[in-house]
Parts: sequence; structure tokens; C-alpha cells
Amino acid sequence: MNPTMDPAKELMSPGHLACAGCGAAPAMRWALEALGPRTIVVMPACCWSIICGPYPHSALRVPTFHTAFETGAVTAAGIRASLDMQGLQDINVMVWAGDGGTFDIGFQALSAAAERNDDIIFVCYDNEAYMNTGIQRSSATPAGAWTTTTPGGKIRPKKNLVEIMAAHRIPYAATASIAFPDDFISKMTKAKGIKGTRFFHVLATCPTGWRIPSSHTVKLARLAVYSRAFPLYEVEDGERYTITVHPRDLPLRDYLEPQGRFRGLTKDQIEGLQEEVDRTWNRLTRLAGWSS
Amino acid sequence: MKKVLMGDHAVSHAAMLSRVQVISAYPITPQTYVVEELAEACRDGRLKAKFVMVESEHSAMACIIGACAAGSRAFTATSSHGLALMHEMLHWASGARLPVVMANCNRALGPPWNILCDHSDSMSQRDTGWIQFYVESNQEALDTVIQAYRIAEKVLLPVMVNLDGFFLTHTAEVVDVPDQDQVDAYLPPFSLPYKLDVEDPHSFGAICLDDNFMALKHDMQAAMDLARDAALEADEAFAEIFGRKYGLLEPYRMDHADTVLVTNGTITGTAREVVDDLRRRGVSVGLLKVRMLRPFPFAPVRSLLGDRERIAVIDRSVSYGLAGGLACEIRSALYGHDHGRPRVFGYIAGLGGKDVVPSDIEEIVNRTLTYEQPPRDDIWIGAGT
Repeated sequence: MNPTMDPAKELMSPGHLACAGCGAAPAMRWALEALGPRTIVVMPACCWSIICGPYPHSALRVPTFHTAFETGAVTAAGIRASLDMQGLQDINVMVWAGDGGTFDIGFQALSAAAERNDDIIFVCYDNEAYMNTGIQRSSATPAGAWTTTTPGGKIRPKKNLVEIMAAHRIPYAATASIAFPDDFISKMTKAKGIKGTRFFHVLATCPTGWRIPSSHTVKLARLAVYSRAFPLYEVEDGERYTITVHPRDLPLRDYLEPQGRFRGLTKDQIEGLQEEVDRTWNRLTRLAGWSS
Repeated sequence: MKKVLMGDHAVSHAAMLSRVQVISAYPITPQTYVVEELAEACRDGRLKAKFVMVESEHSAMACIIGACAAGSRAFTATSSHGLALMHEMLHWASGARLPVVMANCNRALGPPWNILCDHSDSMSQRDTGWIQFYVESNQEALDTVIQAYRIAEKVLLPVMVNLDGFFLTHTAEVVDVPDQDQVDAYLPPFSLPYKLDVEDPHSFGAICLDDNFMALKHDMQAAMDLARDAALEADEAFAEIFGRKYGLLEPYRMDHADTVLVTNGTITGTAREVVDDLRRRGVSVGLLKVRMLRPFPFAPVRSLLGDRERIAVIDRSVSYGLAGGLACEIRSALYGHDHGRPRVFGYIAGLGGKDVVPSDIEEIVNRTLTYEQPPRDDIWIGAGT
């Protein structure tokens, strides 16, 4: 845990309903640690619709508005417009969506909000499948992963959503990881001070769907970054790329092998995925000016 | 001040006079003039509001839901496929008990493509928990939008004001536009008992799998019951300030009428002329306009229609495999109560913008008087049958 955090003042309370080892729980803690109590959370359908607790309980000490699956970004846009009309420009409006509510069904409204540059923070906590409904594939599911609807492993790679969002020329887009709270909190703190659409792509480990022990949540999140499967970087104004955490030279295999969802992969398939990771990483280092 | 306004502009004037604070909309014929005028008014300062231009009607409804939940008076307008696309969020607005107001410019649904008037769009949304009005003139469109906010904010349910596409939306009429201070006296500043407030944080719409769910739904039905009285109060208070009054239903020349036509929307205006003409020729016929469809005004329908011999209901839409929706509701209101047993004839007319002219309505009256019993539950006029 971040040593600066005071449990008595945390905006997320311990009575939540997340599965043991859920990566989406610390993700919310790090986000609210940076944003503080003057924050309204918009929650489209996702695991957090459950995690937050049933009526009349809530695990969050900030106002929370549950909304339909595909409407996270635009519900936030409506709240923003309403707050602005009341002179409440200082309140953060944060959408908290899963990968389905971001990459798939929520994408149309998200793209529109980004095109308008609505003054909202959109966080996608990505557990790489529809976990709440029982592990069905989404367009965020990585190539090679088993899900209940990709029983032979997914063929196509996941969308590069940060680049798609950066292509909207929004002021801030970043990846973040639950295994790197300092990086997460400092990015969210930076985003808080920017006006316009701010997008976060957070890799949120899911022991249930990834077929890992619940005690390995942070370890797997760290391996994703160190193996460059999920590099940590930010994009300002759609063009200034900065890699914020140096990966280590770990092979992708080290990240894939502990996960039951990749158990069916052959050695050749893993090599193919490694090549794809290398290609993506090289592209990122070029964009960040590390190489030419 | 009297102005010559199309129905769309009567609606946008009403939204401005209601001092809406957030507008969100997506363009669809025949709604476009409503939102163009509001966009212009936001730009030139006639209206202090945020206009969020969204990428779909589904998003338009989600946007005003968020805006209202955070404490602003919010408005949208749509039509046809746009309303159909909103369907999920219509449930969300009413379930969240948000008093938003929407104008719906009634238009047919495709395929085949058709941009002209019928009521299949809004009739398909009767079960979504929205109060629904159908208006007959541009004046009534303007007045009803203003009344809608007063009703919605009283009972915490959303209101849909339906006006016939093109017959009203694109037709200019003289409209008495009220003064702003009179509307301000009628409609107090927006306030909600609960809203998204960082000083007093609450969770809205959290999962509820226990008995509370059914209790909350029962509350919605109870609010619908209150909406009838709220609408009457809103109409009375409106009459006191503005001198115009509409009622939930409007009986026209129903004194001693054995046969009563039942209509809503612009067919009503044509039916008035036909009733006048038939009365002159000694036919005992009257007219009942249904202005409020949800909540359905059961008690006045029973007392106005229960002792007639024949009722002829004209529907501008059809529930496929059943009959016209309005006819079904009139039948359900009249069945099982302690009054006479009128024969209810249900007619389907005017789909996809097909004109319903005086001779059509006269044919409907003649058929109603000729049949011993209704030959079927839906009798089609103008379908070549």
C-alpha cells in the first residue's frame, strides 16, 4: 500500500463485495486517493456494479450514479454540464467502467465524449473479458486467452485503446497498473489538474477469469508491466508519449505461464505472441522518442 | 405575445420559457427545428443552458438523465427511430425518478422508410413509466411542455409530450407565447429532494435483489396515480395565469350523443368539423379527445363513455396481432364496471402520414352506425381493404 494513505480517510470502505484478489478493488482505492472527496462516480454495468454493494449500502463515500452499460461517458457528460451550470467546476466526474463498457458497448458514447472533449475522467479497469457474466470474450481479451466463448483461445489481438483515444486528440490518456500505485496515483493527480477528457486504461487482474490464485493478483499485474505486455505510459494532447515505468527484460512467457487461461498455448504460439509484444513495444519506444 | 410558429418552434419556445439548464439531442426529422432553435438560443444568450450534442438518441436520454440527477432541469426532443433507440433509457429515467421532459414528434417506424406521422413510436413506449400527452395544436404543444415540468417535478416521473410529425411540427399556426415572468410565476426554479451532491453523498440505482425492488416499483405506480391529480392541478393553475385549459380528456359535443368518436393528436381537429357537420344533419355523435394517455384517465373515461351505445376509436398505430392501442385501453376501461356496455369499434387509420380526411371520419361514423357488432377488433381505413 502507498505509505501516504490513511485508512480512516479512505473513500472506499472495506465492506465491498469484490472477489478475493480482485484487481479492480485496489484500482478504485488508488483512483479515489488521487481525486479526493469532491468526486462523483458514474458506474455503467460492470463488476463494480456488484462490488459497490447492494441498496441501501455503498462501499464508496462519494456520490455514485449507476447507469446503463453503454452510457458511462455520456451520463458523465450530462452530470458535467449540470455541475457547470451550477458553478461547480471543481468537482471531478469519473466514469468507472469495465472493458466491456469501454472497448465494446460503451465505445460509441466514449468516442463522442472524447471528440467533444467533455471535462470528465474515464477509467477503464480492464480485466480482459466479461467477468461479471462468467468470463466471455470482449475486444479487450488478448490473443491466445481462453474464455467461455473462446474455448480454443482468442485469435485476434486486443484493441489498442489508448492509441485510439489519443487519436481523438484528448489532453490526457494513460495506462496504469494496480502493481504500481505511485505511478497510478501520480498520473491520476496530474489528470485531475487537466481540463477536458482524460482517459485511463488500468489492467485489473481477475483471479477468477485468468485462472490464477487470488494471492497472485499484484504479482501478475507487475509481470504484465515488466514483460511489456502492458507497458505504463501516458499520451498528452494525442502526441507526446512518455513511458513512465521502465520494463525489465522478462520474456512474455513469464507472464503467460502462471495463468490458466493461457494453458492451451503451444511454444510456437507463445513465440508468435512474443513477436507481437516486441512489435508493439518498439512502436511505443519510437513514439516516446526512445528509438528512431 | 402572438407569434406565427411551427410546432417544433412552439416546443423550443416552451423549453426556453421553462428555463431548461441542460439540453441534449440528436437530429432526426421531424424534430430538427426544435433543437436547431435551442442551439441558436444557447449561442445568442436567449437561453442560459448547456447543449450537449451527442452521437445518438440513446446518449441524448442518458445525458439528460445524468444532468437531471446532478440537479438541473433538462430537456430533449426526438422522434420515431430515435425514440425506439432510447427505449432502455426511458426505463432508466423513470426508474431513477427523474423529472425530465421530452418532446416526441410522432413519426412512423421503418421499414419501409417513412418520415411521416403516425403514433407507433410513442405507443410502443407506453410501459416505460413515462407520463404521456398527445396534443392537437401548436399552442397546446407549447402549453403542455410548460405544464409537463410542473407535473414531472411534482410526482418525480418523466413526461413525454407527443405532437404529430409535420401536421404540427412543420405547420405554422398563431401561438400565444407567454411572458417569461408569467412562466416564472407558474414554474418555480428546479429542485430535487435527492441529487448527486458531494456534500451529502448517496448512491443512486445500486443493485437491489430483495423486496425493496418491488416496493420501489410500487412507488412508481403510486406516483402515476398522483400524476392525474398533478396534471389537473397544473392545468387549473395554468388557466388562472394564462387563460387556457385542456383537461386530461376533452369532451366535445357529447351531450346526449349515442355514438362517440375517440381520438388523439391532430385527427381530433378534423373530427371536430365532422361532428359539427353530422350534428347539423341530425346524427347523434360526439367526440372525446384523449390528451393524457399515461397515466390512463380510467375514471373519467368510464363516466364519459360508460352509458353510450357505440364508441368509435381511431388509432394512428397498431399493436400487431392485437388491435389499435387506444381502442384496447378504452375497452379495458369500460369492461367490468357498473355501467352500460357500449360496443367499442376500433379503427386503424393514418399510418405513415396517410391523411385522415373528413370523408374518412364520416365513413368511420357510418360504419359504426351500420354494424350490428364490430366485425373485428381492428377495422382498417385506407389500407385498400
